[in-house]
Amino acid sequence: MSTAPTYDLGVIGGGVVGSTLALFAQRGGLKTAIIDRGPLCREASGVNAGTLTLQMTRVALIPHAMRAHAMWASAREWLGHDVGVVVCDGLSLAFTEREAALLEERAGKRRAAGAPITIVSRDEALRVEPGISDKILMAGHCVVDGYANAYLTGQAFRAALIEAGVAVMENRPVKGLERTDKGFVAETAEGPVTFRRVVLAGGVWIEPMMAWLGVHLPIKVLVNQLTVTERIRPVMRTVVGIASGLLSLKQYPHGTVVIGGGWQGLGDRERGGVELVPERLVGNIRLACHAIPELAGARLARGWAGLEAETADALPAAGPIPGIPDAYVCGSIHSGYTSGPSIARSLADVILGREPDLPLFPIDRLLKAATP
Amino acid sequence: MTRQADLLVLGAGPAGTEAALAASEAGLDVVLIDEQADAGGQGWRAPLSGLTLPRKGPDAEAGDALRARLAASRVDRRFGRRVWSIGGAFRLDAAGPDGPEAYQAPRLIAATGAHERVVPFPGWTLPGVIGLAGATVLLKAQAVLPGRRVVVAGSGPLLFAVAAGIIAKGGEVAAIVDMDNRLAWAKRLPGLARRFDLLKEGLGWTWSILGARVPFLAGYGVRRATGETELSSVIVGPVDANGAPADGTERSFDCDALAVGHGLVPGGEVPKILRADHFYDRLRGGFIPELDPFGRTTIENLYACGDGTGIRGARPSAAAGRLAGLAAAYDAERLDERTFDALAALSLKALADYRPFADTVAAAMALRPAQVAAITPETIVCRCEDVTRAEIDAAVDAGAGDINQMKHFTRCGMGPCQGRMCGDVAAELVAQRRGVPRDEVGFWTQRVPLRPVPFDTMIGTFDYADIPIPPPAPL
Repeated sequence: MSTAPTYDLGVIGGGVVGSTLALFAQRGGLKTAIIDRGPLCREASGVNAGTLTLQMTRVALIPHAMRAHAMWASAREWLGHDVGVVVCDGLSLAFTEREAALLEERAGKRRAAGAPITIVSRDEALRVEPGISDKILMAGHCVVDGYANAYLTGQAFRAALIEAGVAVMENRPVKGLERTDKGFVAETAEGPVTFRRVVLAGGVWIEPMMAWLGVHLPIKVLVNQLTVTERIRPVMRTVVGIASGLLSLKQYPHGTVVIGGGWQGLGDRERGGVELVPERLVGNIRLACHAIPELAGARLARGWAGLEAETADALPAAGPIPGIPDAYVCGSIHSGYTSGPSIARSLADVILGREPDLPLFPIDRLLKAATP
Repeated sequence: MTRQADLLVLGAGPAGTEAALAASEAGLDVVLIDEQADAGGQGWRAPLSGLTLPRKGPDAEAGDALRARLAASRVDRRFGRRVWSIGGAFRLDAAGPDGPEAYQAPRLIAATGAHERVVPFPGWTLPGVIGLAGATVLLKAQAVLPGRRVVVAGSGPLLFAVAAGIIAKGGEVAAIVDMDNRLAWAKRLPGLARRFDLLKEGLGWTWSILGARVPFLAGYGVRRATGETELSSVIVGPVDANGAPADGTERSFDCDALAVGHGLVPGGEVPKILRADHFYDRLRGGFIPELDPFGRTTIENLYACGDGTGIRGARPSAAAGRLAGLAAAYDAERLDERTFDALAALSLKALADYRPFADTVAAAMALRPAQVAAITPETIVCRCEDVTRAEIDAAVDAGAGDINQMKHFTRCGMGPCQGRMCGDVAAELVAQRRGVPRDEVGFWTQRVPLRPVPFDTMIGTFDYADIPIPPPAPL
């Protein structure tokens, strides 16, 4: 078998992270291929709630989330395609004293990390969002908030990648990855693809991908339930959550309301999101209707579940793979749709030999923890 | 809270009701659930409560007989329930008359019937245009005419049933526009004659239509419907045997209603949600579950029967339902092999007897590729989201290779009907644009709910403190 490198860089996994990375690497001068077992951005990157919020972002990710938010908001400029991004205010509500305490603590830490979040009174929150329940005690208010139409992500990235000259290989499952003296060979049913450097960007599939290289990196699989209403008249204009983070709620310009918040359904890495748990779906919808009372008159049109990846410490896996030159991992980012583009861009910088302007999250910490 | 049973049957049409009766007679504790107020499904639907129809057709009589047997049975009837969630091994959650309900059983029979198919044409979204099956419901259950002056158009025997129904209720049929020409029906006569009772019913419709001197255009299809804010006229023109527009003079009919339909699509949401294996069968109306002769799907203890497993019609559905009910009882060890074989033999024979007739009718209702190919670019295909044929073609050209990716690119199928109306035609358009067989473009990934369901009926009354909010994510 020929091991002559065809591509400077191979990205395995075509979600937001892999796609952004491939785009910036190719534009940086690397001949890049992106391979996915399905169409681009059809897993977590295409079926998530599309929320671009700092009030649900891990504190350590705030700088990336801030930059990624600006990237999403200006997608037309750097990506060349719209993903329906709306920038608006965001509110995180507290209904109980306990939630109020949680809100103040969390907002404070996020503010310290650079997120422009303030605590506002009930009346002020109602001025920002007249649709919310007057039962709230207070709210976190962030002007850097908003949402995208996640289902448009694949279409936008696909066009951008092709325009940039990236070799887009969709519907082509990689069965194995072999190291050679000149780089890497990805085995697929349609034949091998060779590259000098590789990035594993497979979200929840990072764990089996890493196993190709003999590295054990445990990745937990979350199964996030989401529901969407029929088109209804405007009942809200901001992104609304609650202090615990277990609600994400917004109404799209065409009228549908998407309800999320990470309530867990049933599923796994092999089969995806298999089943919604009715009690949890009802809990999530009750919470939404409690936050925006007028929602109770809407009809549920569709519910689904998407996978989200989580490392042992719930921080990203983003950096070189220790002991394997020219191999990198990028993914497992909490609220990855929000922060993914920025983290991927930083890793692209590293691969292009530049100093990243925001820190990465090397996996050495996780590998040490995994080996007793 | 949760009603436990031996068997849940979802859908109380002929298939589901017979399945429930057969399993109940064999000793299973059966719950039969339907959104409607009574059993009968679309074809054998009961009239609205308090409404007495002046003249009863064979369908109404068959429905009354079915309902009488059900009433005398031990089947637990749960009607007026909108089931929104289906879980594995097996749980149904429903919005009922008194709030949220849950049902659980180790066995589930899906008998959810069919949706109608309208192959889009310009103007099909105008008020005044309704489906043939929708018109049937108005006529049968509510004794309401679809309009004062109605054009009845499309393909298959529903055309004649609806036209005859309108005439019987004193309405005016402006024209019957049948995509099949007389030769096509003549060729079908041998198949139809295999069930003389049903053929007779069809001839009865024809007789009343002839008596009313309704213009009958055979080998014609609807070109477009026009009107400012509502339907005012329908323009029809000749079509060939494949449904493509053919040369010839267009004709226009003034009317205030158009009842139009091009066959039925199996409503197989349940086996799809539970991930049973499926295959594409054009004759039977679309993607249907792989079944053994008794209705067992590839998922253990999940059975399916009726038009949701392929379009056959009410009477074959009843036989298939009986088989599924018997199989569920046998698998639950409530029937010994000899009894099961003896009881099943009757229904297997009935099903075989109906087959030539059912195949003939199904063929008249199957999707015609050339008719789909002729949809004009600006015609709306997904009426929930206003997606045109040109947008679907553009999505395929932009790389949307399967129907789910096309949905992501266009919003086609994302509205309240979740692709039940447009899915079959949209998938055909994707397949044609790509030049690949239908199997390759797949079907929508099926999700809950089965029908749009109001939040307030799902969530009932609650206190904030009772919402089981999970612990917060790490900071």
